[in-house]
Amino acid sequence: MTMTVRATRDGYGEALRDLGEQDERIVVLGADLTASTRADLFAARFPQRFIEVGIAEQNAINVAAGLAMAGKIPFVSTYAVFVTGRALDQIRTTVCYSNLNVKVVGAHGGISVGPDGATHQALEDIAIMRSLPNMTVIVPCDYHETRKAISWCARHMGPTYVRFGREPVPVVTKPETPFIWGKANPVCGGTDLTILNCGPLLKQCLDAVDLLRSAGISARLLNVHTVKPLDREAIVKAARETGALVTVEEHQVHGGFGSAVAEAVVQEAPVPMRFIGIQDRFGESGTPEELFSAFGLTASDIARAAEDVLRVKARYSLREA
Amino acid sequence: MQIAPVDSAKLCELHALAKRIRCHIIELLVEAKSGHPGGSLSGVEYGVGLYFYALRHDPRRPDWPERDRVIWSRGHVGALIFSLLAEAGYIPLEELLTFRKFGSRLQGHPTTKCPGIEVGTGSLGQGLSVATGLAIGFRMDGKSNRAYCLMGDGESQEGSVWEAVMCAGHYKLDNLCAVVDCNALQIDGRVEDVMGISPLADKWRAFRWNVLEVDGNDLAQVLRAYDQAAQTKGQPTVILAHTVKGKGVSFMEDQASWHGKAPTPEQGRTALLELGCDRDGRLIRGLP
Repeated sequence: MTMTVRATRDGYGEALRDLGEQDERIVVLGADLTASTRADLFAARFPQRFIEVGIAEQNAINVAAGLAMAGKIPFVSTYAVFVTGRALDQIRTTVCYSNLNVKVVGAHGGISVGPDGATHQALEDIAIMRSLPNMTVIVPCDYHETRKAISWCARHMGPTYVRFGREPVPVVTKPETPFIWGKANPVCGGTDLTILNCGPLLKQCLDAVDLLRSAGISARLLNVHTVKPLDREAIVKAARETGALVTVEEHQVHGGFGSAVAEAVVQEAPVPMRFIGIQDRFGESGTPEELFSAFGLTASDIARAAEDVLRVKARYSLREA
Repeated sequence: MQIAPVDSAKLCELHALAKRIRCHIIELLVEAKSGHPGGSLSGVEYGVGLYFYALRHDPRRPDWPERDRVIWSRGHVGALIFSLLAEAGYIPLEELLTFRKFGSRLQGHPTTKCPGIEVGTGSLGQGLSVATGLAIGFRMDGKSNRAYCLMGDGESQEGSVWEAVMCAGHYKLDNLCAVVDCNALQIDGRVEDVMGISPLADKWRAFRWNVLEVDGNDLAQVLRAYDQAAQTKGQPTVILAHTVKGKGVSFMEDQASWHGKAPTPEQGRTALLELGCDRDGRLIRGLP
């Protein structure tokens, strides 16, 4: 199957510009990364509503807070690693604690950021952001999903965090694919296990499903764009019905999407799980392909994890018998 | 610029109010058994000047769109903040005795649960950025609202403060006024010994702000400074208010140890006597 590829950050930039047309309350803050985050599309159209704050992320977040209090809908546009790291106290104690309508955008999430290396590859941001009360966390899988996520955020009253990457990724969803906040999207049916994808590794998951099928394994695939609030119902249902889970994210395995899934599952339908993600390491320089390979994020890695979790599932079944 | 002198009757009224506020601060803290007397007492004059002279607001309508905004970046001085709001009419006086208690609208550090509080604060170094964002938003919409931010000198050690100072200076936000309570003390001792911030006025000027320095416990000077700030065009104004930490209570004055320790009931009684607060009903209730 050939798919087109488009960058999720283009989905962000284009959605923002279009939203700017529809709602004059929308303003955008840049922290010296305007072109890279594609906020330049908005800035060119609406220069009066674009506020440059320079390399100062703490100020960016709280200026956005002030703008939200003045009735604006501010999007803060910078790299995920900086905004969630340096400005965490501002996001937590000013934005989330007072439930302000600030839209935090984390660009350059994940290891596929590539040659810039570890300092610029956000691998802990999902874990950090999902721990904050009042925060929504969305990790879209492709260009269309990014557009819908951003549009949703603009309409939602309250803090939001959307994270996307740098590279063009396969466009898997369609413009008409539903985007419902907090609801997982079924991608393929299956009975032996469920693969849960969060973010732009969806094509790798689809390829893994194919690999497993040729090995006689029927894998269900869910795409989970909203990490918080998590679609616990769909996830617990998948656990009950298939008995084994593999989670996939471009993020540390500690505390991120996989952990959120585990928290839900262990309470209602504990099943064996495997976590595809960054195994408690910092990233490094490389091409996205090299890095996916070195860090265990390929279709083969996902398929291998699936076979692994099925062995555990089988051991449990034998014990019960 | 021509600044008209303040009417002396008004000044008298505000002095009496300042005394009442100091009494409330002591009562509140004795009742709560925790809180921050030193920095609350030092800020009475510029607090009174703000809520009862400079600020455009309506306590009966805390959401009035045309109101000026006040951001208490130095949010630990809840005893001062809530006393001001009570005297202004945002909350009943009696409610002051719930300060810091479970379920109270008057949390240890102010939150939007309390009418008149625009945003939760308490983590130092964050408020000026919020005030900057408000000022930018008002200017975008051509509004005449002003934003005020109350800060501390110790707080100025936070680097995030200077991001905001830089930004507001860059954008020439003349609808923004900051007040820095320069009481020269923080928890670990004198500010200049802990981590020197001087020359402070020079620093703000270098970031393109208009700088006014006043005796922060002299009401007339404070009011004049607010007037000057409101009439300054093309740059934001900071009022460096040189105050005495613990002002008004002799055993608390200029003592670092009274930063975050509540007086005992007996110490409170001594303080109230010194302040000249009598039990004439203008207090919330008499202490035992």
